[in-house]
Amino acid sequence: MCPAGGLPALKAAVDHGADCVYVGFRDETNARAFAGLNFDDASLSEGIAYAHRRGRKVLVALNTFPSTAGFARWTRAVDRAAALGIDAAICADAALLDYAARTHPELRLHLSVQASATNHEAIEWYRERFGVRRAVLPRVLSLAQVEHTIARTGVEIEVFGYGSLCVMVEGRCALSSYVTGESPNCQGVCSPAKAVRWEPHANGMRTRLNGFLIDAFEGDERPGYPTLCKGRFDVGGDTYYALEEPTSLNTLDMLPELMRIGVAAIKIEGRQRSPAYVAQVTRTWRAAIDACARAPAAFVADRRWHADLDALAEGQTQTLGAYSRPWR
Amino acid sequence: MIPDMRTPRFTIPSPVARIVARLPAAPPAFVLARALDFGVGRVVSREQVAPLQGKRFALVVRDLGLAMHVESTPAGFRVARAPYAPDLTVAATLSDFIALARREEDPDTLFFARRLAVEGDTELGLVLKNLLDGIDWRTVLERIVPFPGPRRPAA
Repeated sequence: MCPAGGLPALKAAVDHGADCVYVGFRDETNARAFAGLNFDDASLSEGIAYAHRRGRKVLVALNTFPSTAGFARWTRAVDRAAALGIDAAICADAALLDYAARTHPELRLHLSVQASATNHEAIEWYRERFGVRRAVLPRVLSLAQVEHTIARTGVEIEVFGYGSLCVMVEGRCALSSYVTGESPNCQGVCSPAKAVRWEPHANGMRTRLNGFLIDAFEGDERPGYPTLCKGRFDVGGDTYYALEEPTSLNTLDMLPELMRIGVAAIKIEGRQRSPAYVAQVTRTWRAAIDACARAPAAFVADRRWHADLDALAEGQTQTLGAYSRPWR
Repeated sequence: MIPDMRTPRFTIPSPVARIVARLPAAPPAFVLARALDFGVGRVVSREQVAPLQGKRFALVVRDLGLAMHVESTPAGFRVARAPYAPDLTVAATLSDFIALARREEDPDTLFFARRLAVEGDTELGLVLKNLLDGIDWRTVLERIVPFPGPRRPAA
């Protein structure tokens, strides 16, 4: 399940072996509502035709929480997506899921990570109420918990496999709105670009979010995305990443385990990234998934795959995130 | 074996940069402005470049010691003349700019690696990046470069 912020990225994903591509419209109906990004009806229609001709699928993320006054914009987005012939809608809001299930009973529904459903009871509730066919799990569960969830629900389970990490309280995080007044949950944007300033400073760079200094980089130190959760703060006289280090999730080494426990799809993060990123990540994951499907017992992640993914990652470190918790 | 057609990473030797830095930057900026004008209406629509209107951009080729200043006006792009403050400054080496243009490198990747610097109006930078990322060059080239199609057999 590969990301696309525009038509060239969608084509790059399809060309490099993505089974499915997920996209968004050019407004706050999705959680990557960045200036100039995303699809209008014409480009989405062309993208769907391109993917379908090659037997691939296109999903539309409608995964923000509508405001009371703007609810019609979200329902119209569901109608537009359904009319264009998408393969599934990825939603988080219960009212929007209800609308989609009633108005377009033939439309396949996926539960977005933004819905923050972390247990099989919650996922089953979404299935019973709205006929949700797949749920994307928040990045807070260990592998054992993912396995436990899969065993107890009839809903397909999709997990994040690669991409930038944040504090991962998807759908519940208000850090961005605390500083900028806009959050991914409601406005579809975390740290809106208009609030971000990169300032040269001494031999490095400073990051400001809505005027507040959130980080400073010396020399060749690698910056992360300008989000509050990845800022460095003075806490008790020490300045450090008090909330979250800029890291990237990379589950390449876990692929045989993810397949064994019955994960239905692996999601690649990054609709805000360029077609070059999409092409490189998709190519690597296609090769890995094919190799693992052929011979799971003998699967060893190629060092070149790791090198390619390392180069694209945010921050200096790649982690297995919450999946790896060997302690009890 | 297929030869690797990727752009090699290189840095212009510093003596070259010292010479280029002394040359007037207006001619390259003029060429850039004309190239941008050519693209508007052909590669991207006028509506798409509307958010750039009235903005001043500095494109800095670090290893070449070259800074090109262009301005988006209602009459098209033109060389921005001093004294002026750019709304957005983008800086990288020549080889990284070429790799970005050829879509071999992702701008965020270069930014995380401190190989691409963005200063000023970050949103304007994002608009510009997403505008460039959204160009479907295959379709554009088919439209503006008239390839001879297969001849139809005579009826």
